[in-house]
Amino acid sequence: MNEKAPNAGHRHEHDDAADHDHGDGGSELSEMDLRVRALESLLVEKGYVDPQALDILIETYETKVGPHNGARVVAKAWTDPEFKRWLLTDASAAIASLGYTGRQGEHMVALENTPQVHNMVVCTLCSCYPWPVLGLPPVWYKSAPYRSRAVIDPRGVMAEFGVRLPDSVEVRVWDSTAEIRYLVLPERPAQTEGWSEAQLATLVTRDSMIGTGLPATPSDIVQRAS
Amino acid sequence: MNGVHDMGGAQNFGPVAPEPDEPRFHAPWERRAFALTLAVGSARRWNLDQARSARESLPPAQYLASSYYRIWLDGLCALMLERGMVTREELADGRMHEPPARPFGVLAADKVTAVLARGGSTARAVAGEARFHVGDAVRTREINPPTHTRLPRYCRGKRGTVVMLHGAHVFPDANARGTGEDPQWLYTVRFEGAELWGADTSATAVHVDCWEPYLERA
Repeated sequence: MNEKAPNAGHRHEHDDAADHDHGDGGSELSEMDLRVRALESLLVEKGYVDPQALDILIETYETKVGPHNGARVVAKAWTDPEFKRWLLTDASAAIASLGYTGRQGEHMVALENTPQVHNMVVCTLCSCYPWPVLGLPPVWYKSAPYRSRAVIDPRGVMAEFGVRLPDSVEVRVWDSTAEIRYLVLPERPAQTEGWSEAQLATLVTRDSMIGTGLPATPSDIVQRAS
Repeated sequence: MNGVHDMGGAQNFGPVAPEPDEPRFHAPWERRAFALTLAVGSARRWNLDQARSARESLPPAQYLASSYYRIWLDGLCALMLERGMVTREELADGRMHEPPARPFGVLAADKVTAVLARGGSTARAVAGEARFHVGDAVRTREINPPTHTRLPRYCRGKRGTVVMLHGAHVFPDANARGTGEDPQWLYTVRFEGAELWGADTSATAVHVDCWEPYLERA
């Protein structure tokens, strides 16, 4: 297959893949799986890639780096005023102090949500996203519906995530056109007085740190448990 | 380039479809395509902006019909072809027919963690001072380069206010052409929703990161 082969569209590819994940792994591989296997074997044969390095890259972003990192940053900011001040004035350093550094998070800015201001982050041109704190972006973040509408109709987008804000709230959108990566600091939910940092981190959702969602509330947690 | 990747403000793409408990990857090939893109890219045969430019240069219909890892994969193949690292025949049958390009800085397994942790800062030291300051009224230039740029179409020729200065950073428009990094002062500029869209918006304001060459005094 050459690299310009027509594409069936991502929904179809994913549906295929979900089947193959649980299939026998040999005879039912999709066209894309076969193409990428051939490419990998070519690049290994030409000495361009070390297959073990690929395994480590995948393991890192599949199991180690993810929104639990960002949740820890947010929960710490909710409980430690000094850290919050640092996060809002020098996010790269504050976040690095918790051990989250590197690729796609070299230049961080934290955006504080308040009762008057709600921030939402997008990359209209590609898929820029703060990997060290949120991991790899979800499919919808990289998709045309989100990239096209976030900057013109953020409230309409939020409604599709079940979020409706009062008309009085100022909605600020941030388009990640450079290497600055934005992390939303959502408001701490009510009725969490006395909660520990670790307890608070369980309320911090990925979407609340992008700005398409709000943190979970204590009653959400009770409902989830029952 | 005024390509289909520049989607801000486009309409009729349908609703956003959040996926509950979304897996990190949706197919085995996505894992490998992701890792191949990072691993081969780390050899610095091309820079970040050239990689973005290659993805944006895919045929428009193909770009719109592709999942994002497919766009990465097709971008990777285009870059390797362009630099003579692989041939079309090799991509078609997955076997080596031509000797590899040398030297090639292979990403070794024991270096991955350090390479990821180091990242790639785009901040650069430059002589002189930034032309604009926080609070300044600016206007984006009306530019339409046929090559890579990071100034989206929806905010060209628009008035805004500087809200942050980030120091000087690698300038993508130059870096993508391979003419050097040409670092430029980088600002975050706030545009009022009405300035960008008139009454047809629910955004109070949209912020865009703009390098100094994108801006003039308003």
